[in-house]
Amino acid sequence: MKTFHLLSGPWPWYVAGPLMGCTIPLLLFWGNRMLGASSSLKHLCALVPSKAEYFQYDVRKGYWNLTFVFGVCIGAALCYRYFYETEQVMIAASTMADLQLLGLSDFRGLMPEEIFGQNQYQQPRFWSFTLLGGLFLGFGVRYAGGCTSGHGFMGLSQMSKASFLAVMAFFAGGMFFTFFLLPYFLI
Amino acid sequence: MLIGLYFGALIVKSEALSWFRIQEMFRLQSFHMFGIFGSAVLVGGVTVMLTKRYHLPTISGETILIEKKPLQPTAHIIGGVLFGFGWVLTGLCIAPIFALLGVGAVAAIPIFFGALLGVYLYGHLQHKLPH
Repeated sequence: MKTFHLLSGPWPWYVAGPLMGCTIPLLLFWGNRMLGASSSLKHLCALVPSKAEYFQYDVRKGYWNLTFVFGVCIGAALCYRYFYETEQVMIAASTMADLQLLGLSDFRGLMPEEIFGQNQYQQPRFWSFTLLGGLFLGFGVRYAGGCTSGHGFMGLSQMSKASFLAVMAFFAGGMFFTFFLLPYFLI
Repeated sequence: MLIGLYFGALIVKSEALSWFRIQEMFRLQSFHMFGIFGSAVLVGGVTVMLTKRYHLPTISGETILIEKKPLQPTAHIIGGVLFGFGWVLTGLCIAPIFALLGVGAVAAIPIFFGALLGVYLYGHLQHKLPH
């Protein structure tokens, strides 16, 4: 039984999930906006002069999204600083065992220090997990038309076929990569 | 922006930005992340249904228009799979990237720039790709 400390510990899914879902009515009723995060990346790119048709539009329409993700950044920063004091994410023992078999041994923190630690930048692995990972995320997300907030939360809430398909693909891709490709990247 | 603060705080509290949690999810070894998605979509789904059925307006009285994204099967599938790859490598989706930047992880910086570059590349290659 995980201990549940309101202020300092992580929250279980049945508390955090519905609260995250409330972002949808909050945005709809207060701002007349649909939840989505990945457009922010598109708007940021559109700020740079480019000939691509994809970026030719009035970026001012996207200001709300940029403000939103800025809020996400600050909100996470404040929450992490004052309301989260866990040293280790309590993941399933089976996951820890699998990851140990793949070579990981340090499970402290939000992400593996052995891969992402700031003193790891000389390892090629650091860059394949961060820069290349980011590339996949960015390219894939706009190609798919949205992320796990836009398609995952908002799109599924609308019962949108497009979003069902996208989310299936997210998970298919993720599971395929985890089981077949991740071991090679962890070398 | 306030709503962003709220969402960002929840991303931290739910640990949705933890690479370890994402591994747990893709290996189907924990319900945690699925519980988050499921319960959030439940709340969102009820909201959307009520809004549509009763034509609920915003607080200031505007009409709410909920538009679905256009169906582009090839794009959703290929893009989605690639997104999945990135999700495994980084342990993040898009909003958590901003959350991680806020948390102060150095790794968030190349991830963020990688994502921007990815979007930029997509924008320029879009017309050549199947949708």
